[in-house]
Amino acid sequence: MTRPNRRLDIVLVLGVAALMLLPWYRIEGGFFGFGWLGGFPLSPEAAPGLVQIVTHGRFWLAGVVLFLLAAGMARGMADPMRRGAMLAWAGGLGLLFLCLQGLSIGFTGWTWTVSENLFGPLADGQPSMGAGAVLSAVVFVLVFSFGLAERGVMKGDAFVVSAIALLVFLVAVFVFYPVGSMFVGAVQDFDGSFNPDGFIRNMQDPGIWSLDCVVGGARCGVAWRTLWLGIVTGLSSTLLGLAFALVATRTRFPCKKALRLLTILPIITPPFVIGLALILLFGRAGFVTQAVASLFGVEPGRWLYGLTGIWISQVLSFTPVAFLVLIGVVEGVSPSMEEASQTLRADRWRTFVKVSLPLMKPGLANAFLIGFIESMADFGNPLVLGGSHGVLSTEIFFAVVGSQNDPSRAAVLAMVLLAFTLSAFLAQRLWLSGRNFSTVTGKGDNGVHAALPRWLSTGLYAVVVPWIAFTLVVYGMILFGGFMKTWGLDNSLTLDHYVKAFSVNLSGGTVWTGVAWNSFWTTMEIALIAAPLTAAVGLLTAYLIVRQKFAGRNVFEFALMMSFAIPGTVIGVSYIMAFNLPPLEMTGTALILIACFVFRNMPVGVRGGVAAMSQLDKSLDEASLTLGAGSFRTVRRIILPLLRPAITAALVYSFVRAITSISAVIFLVSAEYNMATAYIVGLVENGEYGVAIAYSSMLIVVMLVVISGFQFLVGERRLRRDNRLAGAPRTLSPEQERTA
Amino acid sequence: MTTQKAGSVVFENIRKNYGAVTVIPDLSFTIEPGTLVTLLGPSGCGKTTTLRMLAGLEHPSAGRVFIGGKDVTMLPANERDVSMVFQSYALFPHMNSLDNVAYGLEASGLSRKEAREKAEDGLSLVGLAGMGHRLPAELSGGQQQRVAVARALVLEPQVLLLDEPLSNLDARLRRKVRTDIRELQQRLGFTAVYVTHDQDEALAVSDRIIVMKEGRIAQAGAPRELYEMPASSFIADFMGEANVIACEVIDVAGGEARVRIGKLEQRVPARNARPGAASLAVRPGSITVAEGQGTGLAGRVLHSAYLGGHVEYEMETEVGTLFIVDHAVDRTLPAGADATLGFKTRGIALIEH
Repeated sequence: MTRPNRRLDIVLVLGVAALMLLPWYRIEGGFFGFGWLGGFPLSPEAAPGLVQIVTHGRFWLAGVVLFLLAAGMARGMADPMRRGAMLAWAGGLGLLFLCLQGLSIGFTGWTWTVSENLFGPLADGQPSMGAGAVLSAVVFVLVFSFGLAERGVMKGDAFVVSAIALLVFLVAVFVFYPVGSMFVGAVQDFDGSFNPDGFIRNMQDPGIWSLDCVVGGARCGVAWRTLWLGIVTGLSSTLLGLAFALVATRTRFPCKKALRLLTILPIITPPFVIGLALILLFGRAGFVTQAVASLFGVEPGRWLYGLTGIWISQVLSFTPVAFLVLIGVVEGVSPSMEEASQTLRADRWRTFVKVSLPLMKPGLANAFLIGFIESMADFGNPLVLGGSHGVLSTEIFFAVVGSQNDPSRAAVLAMVLLAFTLSAFLAQRLWLSGRNFSTVTGKGDNGVHAALPRWLSTGLYAVVVPWIAFTLVVYGMILFGGFMKTWGLDNSLTLDHYVKAFSVNLSGGTVWTGVAWNSFWTTMEIALIAAPLTAAVGLLTAYLIVRQKFAGRNVFEFALMMSFAIPGTVIGVSYIMAFNLPPLEMTGTALILIACFVFRNMPVGVRGGVAAMSQLDKSLDEASLTLGAGSFRTVRRIILPLLRPAITAALVYSFVRAITSISAVIFLVSAEYNMATAYIVGLVENGEYGVAIAYSSMLIVVMLVVISGFQFLVGERRLRRDNRLAGAPRTLSPEQERTA
Repeated sequence: MTTQKAGSVVFENIRKNYGAVTVIPDLSFTIEPGTLVTLLGPSGCGKTTTLRMLAGLEHPSAGRVFIGGKDVTMLPANERDVSMVFQSYALFPHMNSLDNVAYGLEASGLSRKEAREKAEDGLSLVGLAGMGHRLPAELSGGQQQRVAVARALVLEPQVLLLDEPLSNLDARLRRKVRTDIRELQQRLGFTAVYVTHDQDEALAVSDRIIVMKEGRIAQAGAPRELYEMPASSFIADFMGEANVIACEVIDVAGGEARVRIGKLEQRVPARNARPGAASLAVRPGSITVAEGQGTGLAGRVLHSAYLGGHVEYEMETEVGTLFIVDHAVDRTLPAGADATLGFKTRGIALIEH
């Protein structure tokens, strides 16, 4: 019984340290500035929990001490079942108490009138939770988990129980608590009292729900417009993606490899960049517009600004995503089915329509729903191209930052948006799951996919080739645009924009004089911190989902993946609503950005981890366990080394996503922590297109370098390993020799 | 590596269900220290579940498990003093064989140097000295299997668990490895629990066999006892083929019963039999065959097949169709020939009717 005692001792010591050695409340100047050491431990700002109780009248914190003492007493109990029960209760109730006191007592006293009526008014309130309070919360979660583990939950595996409890706790704090407070915020007044007026007014706002355009009126409400846009974008990107997938797998198209390169474009492109490039082409001062105007004498129009422009840019952005999804679907149709159809005297067209296409149906529906969700959540393109014809995501933004400053309107709009995306997500998960006809089996499936009828493949070329050309022109604009002096007016080449953004003064030490450097380094720093955390949380979750059976595992997985379907704008709004006031105050810090990235990008790490881990034989873990290694050691020594490729992928992806995302970030940046994307959007709003596009292309290049760098490393690792595994005399192929 | 602290195993009223499905209703048994006990049964009988509950990879829904006299019911796998050889070996593919063997030693707190030294000893114990630098993928199936055994043995567990350790080997290797395992177990004297569905394997290696069926113990005993004295037609059939013949017990005296099989009378061990209708399990090799009609059980050949070492017959008799293995290979009775059958004294047992 030494192991349970040792881990419990460590955690209890941490609990005591949280009460005695760390400032309980948030330090205004930042914890890691260590400015608080001066006033420690007696000043009211920096005092630890115990001192707060004794000298600063925060008597309610005594509850925390009480539950910690209860855990300490449980340590001495002999009967493991009773000891476990006592620990679990002490941890669970302690955590509950900690959260309740934080939520109910704000800066000036009770935040809820109910508690004020019950307990009488408080003389003084409390600031937000700080290092001590946060550590106490973690300690309670761990004590709770250890208690359950000692009672035999999860086969008595303390690591697994703690991991599940911590993840649930973190997701509750960083996903459900903010979304919840947004709902609450919608029906609250500025002073926090219940007032549904704003909510009701906004819910009935014709600006959101009007159906005028159907009956010939001016235009429909923003909700319908967004829905319409989502459907059209989803349909178009699915059809285009299918055309691409068919060309890539079922025809003799000459450069299929290059076609697949398309799929990494949306990953490395900041979401508003396509919109920006479209402005440079078709805007009032755009290349094409000017050319057409001078050739045919047509007045330059503003047709691009509005749903049409957003639609074009979204189709450009999301077709590669659909392509990526559908290529798997198209390849997943077993060739033997098609061969069977052909031997049954069906011609190519009949085979395609009667066999291949029906088998792809669920995949097509899936691609449509992904396009739909992406379109709804897209913020960058509508912001750049929307003009006055906004969609939900931009309306939310303007409701918060604009002159309206109407948080309840933002909350209502966010709810509407959330309802749309969550319904699509639910449809995808519940309706599509179990309808997968993908016919790939473990058996070697020899056979060749049936070629398409000649006229069909010709038709597909006619769609795909121009679209590729269009995409190339758009990306050409992005790379080229930064060298152009002034759009449409002065097309001479210049380096001015790059100099303005990225100049470095080397005389007398390096001085980063360019305007972009500040946000660039912040972005890199935050992305570098967030990426390993995202990968760690994602892979840990994947491990729990694949390898551990526990009650509510499906709910756990569902809740985690659901955060993927919450649009960034909604996350942004809910974060500023939740983390601006006690008990947790994080706005304006780097922490809120990191938390946002970790919990938004985690589902991708989960998906990758689940796929990779399903391929590892479970008996490897079990062998490690029966050899006396705990779950933690098993994860570190066995699972992680075997998952290296998945880890790399998760790292790269979360790094890149942290750099390119805008929708949530734009709410959370501050003067001190400004991110590249938010800065570029600011440039666009000021009309500084040149610098904006120069900065964007720089970001794309940086990410290309990062991705290919990682891919190079991973590729090399596998190569060496294969050689070693084969155990054959090593013979270098000419290519390898050249690269060596 | 010379002395093992052999421990006993006790299962006390173990129940295991997965959701609403009960796999094991109520299982109790005891395994003496230093013996090799086999859990035998058809697939789905709960033998692997039983082994995994012993390892701590599954936890019972009710009941208690003792290892070496200590209650380990709630302990996780890594805190139990047992180790396991997996059906798939489960060697860690990214570690060489020495690191694989040293893994458990390091996990139990030995320094890297000590762990490696003991691991070397472990590898030489299974005849793989000097192969430590090889990755699992560079070893043959038999070698991988031995690394897996060494990895489990170096921890000197109270109980060694083996989950169908031979099923991934070819037939010829299987016989050698099972002899090796048995030899190692007797030399080092550890307790071993061995799961298999192959009755030959079970008969060859075990001190004791526990035959399981649908989560219950169908019969437990020494190999000879199970083969020669099956308690039921299930055991009789599972432990090698058997003809189950209806018979009548005439009387019981002095531990022997007189039974009537058709017109034939035969003495067999009584085994609590009472006069009246009963069943006999008769091994195919326990039936004698004589040419032509005579005194005994009259039979007529339906099929016959010459198999080199013996001749197999299917014969029609008044007690049903019998399957017979005859070692008199110098003559083969053709189909349709008459024969007279008799019974040997061994290989015939009264079973539950």
